Amino acid sequence: MTAQKDGKPALVSMRGIVKRFGTFTANDHVDLDIRAGEAHALLGENGAGKSTLVKILYGLLEPTGGRIELNGATVSLESPEAARAAGIGMVFQHFSLFENLTVAENIALVLPAGEKIESVAARIEGLTSRYGLKLEPDRPVWTLSAGERQRIEIARCLLQNPKLIILDEPTSVLTPQEADALFSTLNLLRVEGRAILYISHKLEEVRRLCERATVLRAGKVVATCNPREESVRSLAAMMVGTHLVDVRAKPNEAEGPARLSVDGLSLKSEDLHGVSLKDISFAVRGGEVFGIAGIAGNGQDELFSALSGERLARRAGDVHIDGISVGREGINLRRQYGAAFVPEERNGHASAPDFSLSENILLSRHATGEVTRGLSIDVTAAKSIARQIIDSFDVRMSGDDPAARTLSGGNLQKFLVGREVSRKPCVLVLNQPTWGVDAAAAADIRQRLIDLSRQGAAVLVISQDLDELFEIADRMAVIHQGEVSDARLTREVTREEIGLLMAGETARGEGVSHAH
Amino acid sequence: MTLTMFELVAFTILTAATPLVIAAIGELVTERSGVLNLGVEGMMIAGAACAFAIAIVTGSTALGILAGIGAGMLLSFIFAVLVIFLAANQVATGLALTILGTGLAGLIGSGFIGLKRDATVHLYIPLLSDLPLIGKLLFSHDLFVYLGWALVAGAAWFLNRTRSGLVLRAIGENHQSAHALGLPVRRVRFLAVLFGGACAGLAGAYLSLSYTPFWAPGMTAGRGWISLALVVFASWRPVYAFAGALLFGGATVLQLHAQAAALGIPGQLLTAMPYLATIIALVLLSMRRRRGSVAPASLGSTFMPER
Repeated sequence: MTAQKDGKPALVSMRGIVKRFGTFTANDHVDLDIRAGEAHALLGENGAGKSTLVKILYGLLEPTGGRIELNGATVSLESPEAARAAGIGMVFQHFSLFENLTVAENIALVLPAGEKIESVAARIEGLTSRYGLKLEPDRPVWTLSAGERQRIEIARCLLQNPKLIILDEPTSVLTPQEADALFSTLNLLRVEGRAILYISHKLEEVRRLCERATVLRAGKVVATCNPREESVRSLAAMMVGTHLVDVRAKPNEAEGPARLSVDGLSLKSEDLHGVSLKDISFAVRGGEVFGIAGIAGNGQDELFSALSGERLARRAGDVHIDGISVGREGINLRRQYGAAFVPEERNGHASAPDFSLSENILLSRHATGEVTRGLSIDVTAAKSIARQIIDSFDVRMSGDDPAARTLSGGNLQKFLVGREVSRKPCVLVLNQPTWGVDAAAAADIRQRLIDLSRQGAAVLVISQDLDELFEIADRMAVIHQGEVSDARLTREVTREEIGLLMAGETARGEGVSHAH
Repeated sequence: MTLTMFELVAFTILTAATPLVIAAIGELVTERSGVLNLGVEGMMIAGAACAFAIAIVTGSTALGILAGIGAGMLLSFIFAVLVIFLAANQVATGLALTILGTGLAGLIGSGFIGLKRDATVHLYIPLLSDLPLIGKLLFSHDLFVYLGWALVAGAAWFLNRTRSGLVLRAIGENHQSAHALGLPVRRVRFLAVLFGGACAGLAGAYLSLSYTPFWAPGMTAGRGWISLALVVFASWRPVYAFAGALLFGGATVLQLHAQAAALGIPGQLLTAMPYLATIIALVLLSMRRRRGSVAPASLGSTFMPER
C-alpha cells in the first residue's frame, strides 16, 4: 500500500517505470502517484517521455521495467481494454475518432458489452445534462470543429465511468472560450472524486487547473511540486533545465511600405475536406511581424499555398510581393523576387527527409542561382551554405552532413528557418513555425524572425499558438473558415477578442478600424 | 408454361446478376473492414472447380456447394495470414491470389472437362410460382439466387444496424483509433476476409453447379473483377451493389439477345458491352460524388500494433 505523507492513499501509482526503444531510454525509473479527486499535471518538453509514460498507463505500450499499482495492488495493464476495465480512461491529443461515422456511432463503439446499441441516445442526453457536454448525435464527425470532437472523446471516456481520466494536450486545438468550457467540465469530474492526469506544456493552464505536478526531463522525473506555488517561469525552468531567455520584442512603430499584400484573394479548395479562401485582403509592411491566428483547419494551409505559389491565385493582382503582381506566378519566380517560405510540415514538405542537409539546401535555392552552375549542382557551395546555417543557428546533429530525418524536430526546424532567413528575404511567410519544437529552439526561432523584420523584411507568421503571436507579432488578424479578419495592433487587442474571432464571432460593428 | 419475352429476359438478368451479387457482398464486407482483396477472381474460379469436382465425385450438390465455399475460404485464409499477420502488400498478394486460384482451378478441374451435371433444382411453390409475371421472377429460382438476396439484406442489416457491424466499419475507417479503443482490429479483419472468400467460393459454385452446369477453364470470365468494381460502384453499400449487379447482369443478357437478333454489330463489341457499361458507370459515379469521402479510409493499408 502506497501511503502518502498526508495520509491520502494513491489511486494509481507508477513505480520505477522504465521503457526502452532499442538503445534509447524514453522513461528512466519514473515514479508517479495520482490521488483520487486531484488534477495532476504531467509536464515536460517534447520528447521528455510524457506520451510514452501515458501510453504505458493506458496499456498501449508495455514497460521494459517497473510496475503499476491500483489502490495499492499491482495490476497488469497489457491492453487498453485492461486499462479501461481498471478504471483508466483517456482523451487523446490527436483524436481517435472515425471521420465518416456519426457522433452517436462513435460513442456507441465504447458502450459496455451487452448494452443495446439503441441506448446510446439516452446516454448522450445524460452526459449533456450532467456535464454540459453539447453533442449532436447525427452529425458525421468530419463536419465538426475540434472542440466538438473533443467533447465526443470526453463523452466516450466518461461512458466507461473511469476513476482516472488522462488528457493529452487537450487545449492545443481549442479557442480560449472552448478551453474554459473544458475546465468547468473537468472541475465537475473532480468533484465526483475522479482523478485527472493532465498533460500539457501550457503552464498557465496547469497553474489554473492542477494542484500537483510531476515534471519530466529526458525521461526522468526531475521535480514534483504544487504548480500554484510556482511561477510559470520556474515551472519552465524545471522542464527545460536552464533558464529561458526572453524573446526581445521591441515595439515596432515603423510605417514601412507594404512588401507583401493580398487583395481580395478567393480560392476554392481542391481538397475534399479542405477550406476555401474567401475574399482575403491584408498587407504586411517591411519591418513588422504580422501574425495570423486561427484554429487548425480554417484555411491556413490553403492560404500558405496561395502565398507561396504552390497554388496559383485566379488573378495576378491577388498577391503582390514588393508591388509586383505575382498571383499567377509559381514559387520559383516568387523566390527570385525575394520571398521565402517555410511550410508547416517539416518532414516531407519543407525538407526531403532522406536527403542530407546540404541537399535540402537545393530544395529552396535551386532557382536563385546560388547552388547551381549551369545545369549542374555546385555541391561545394551547397555544403558551405549548409555549414554556415548550422553554425549560425546552432543546429545540433550527429555526423557531418546527416539526413534531415535524423535531426530532432527543433533542430531541423532551426535549420529550415535558417535556410530561408539566411537568404535575407524581403518577405518571409511561415506556417506554424514552432509547432512541436522544444521551448529553447522555439525562443531562438522567434528571435530570428523579429531580427529579420527589424532589418526591413515583412514577416508573416501563421500560427495556432496564441502565446507565440502575442509574443512576436506587431499586428495580427484571425483566419476563420477561409476568411481573414481585419488586422489589429497586437498591443491593442486582448486574448478574449482574438478568441472570439477564432470561434467565428465577428467583431464587425464594434468599431473595428481597417488597419490598411 | 410459356414465358413471355419480358419474363425470360428479366429472369435471366436475375440469374446473371447472382454470382456478381454474392461475390460483391463478400468483397464489400472485406473492404469495409479495411482490407482490399484483389483475389476475388481467383477465389471464385477455385470455388467453381472444387464445387463441380466434388459434386461429380460425391453426386451431392450440397457437398459441392460446401466444397466451393471451402475452396474460397482456404485461399482467403492464405491471403489473410499474409496481409494481416505478416503485413504483406495487399495489392500484390491479391493479384498473386488470383493467379494461384486460376492455376489451382485448372489443375483440379482438368479431369472434369466435358462432364455434365443437372443444374440445381429450382423452387416450385404451387400457386405462388404460377402467378403471372412475379411468380416466375420471385418464386421459381434456385437456392443461390435467394442466398444472394439474403446476403444483400443481411449485409445491409449487419453493417448498419448491429454493433459488430459498427465495429467492423470503425476498423475499416481508422485502424489506429480502433486499436486505441481496444477493438480487435486484426481478428475482425481476419474474419471479414474469410467471409469474403466464402462468398467468392459460393459465387463460383453457382457458376459451375447452376448457371452453366459444367466445368471449363476460365469460366468465371472476369466476373471476380466485375464484382470488385461493383463494390466501388456501390460506394460500399450492399443495396447499391445489388443494383449494380442487376445493371451488369442486364447488359450481359441484353447483349446475348442482341447477338441473337443479328443486328449487324460485331459480336465482340456486344460481348464487351457489360464491361464498357461498368466502366462508364464508374466514371459517371466518380464524377458526380465529390463531397464526403465514401471509401473506408484505412482501405488497403496494413495495421501492425505497437506491441
